[in-house]
Amino acid sequence: MENNKSTLVVFSGDLDKAIASFIIATGSAAMGNQVTMFFTFWGLNILRKEQYVPLQKSFMDKMFAKMLPRGPEKLGISKMNFGGLGAKMMKYTMKKKNITTLKELIEMAKELDIKMVACTMSMDVLGIKKEELIDGLEYAGVASYLAEANEANINLFI
Amino acid sequence: MNGDKVLDAKGLSCPMPVVRAKKAMDELKSGQVLELHTTDSGATNDIPAWAKTAGHLVKEQSEENGVYKFWIQKG
Repeated sequence: MENNKSTLVVFSGDLDKAIASFIIATGSAAMGNQVTMFFTFWGLNILRKEQYVPLQKSFMDKMFAKMLPRGPEKLGISKMNFGGLGAKMMKYTMKKKNITTLKELIEMAKELDIKMVACTMSMDVLGIKKEELIDGLEYAGVASYLAEANEANINLFI
Repeated sequence: MNGDKVLDAKGLSCPMPVVRAKKAMDELKSGQVLELHTTDSGATNDIPAWAKTAGHLVKEQSEENGVYKFWIQKG
């Protein structure tokens, strides 16, 4: 069995799209593929630690840090979010129907050795520091993504 | 048919049945058979698709009272 590769660019920080990304990523890894996920722009919010990390930041960066959701539990959904109520309802119904949560999917992705890469340019833009993101990430830019995508036969942008 | 290992994935939703199956397969040797039980209705298509891509062989499958069973030989 040859080793195939898959890459996903996770641009969106919406809960529903994040879940879809991790389902495809873990599914692909289960099928024996080497999977790399690139997190850029709003997608970085998925990787933020839930707890506040005190750091020296500019005024704008502090504003971003306050306004952007910290981690998988705080994300909104892309439709019918209604100021977070929609996301709560979605999580409630998914729990009732025994759907794997985003947090569990992220853990599973780590267990399956999925490479998770944070885009350093987006981190600069949003003022997000390495200390604020979960452990086990790599940090890179567009060239690393393209190099991986070149070798992969599944490349998604979500 | 008897499997060398039985995996109970009942109640788990996509993508967990294939993720668990992959992990269970990692512990088997080539030629050994994994017996997988799941309640995910997509499994009738999903498990064969997974097996084909991952290089395994579905020897037998059945459905009874909403429980889908698969016997998959490791490739």
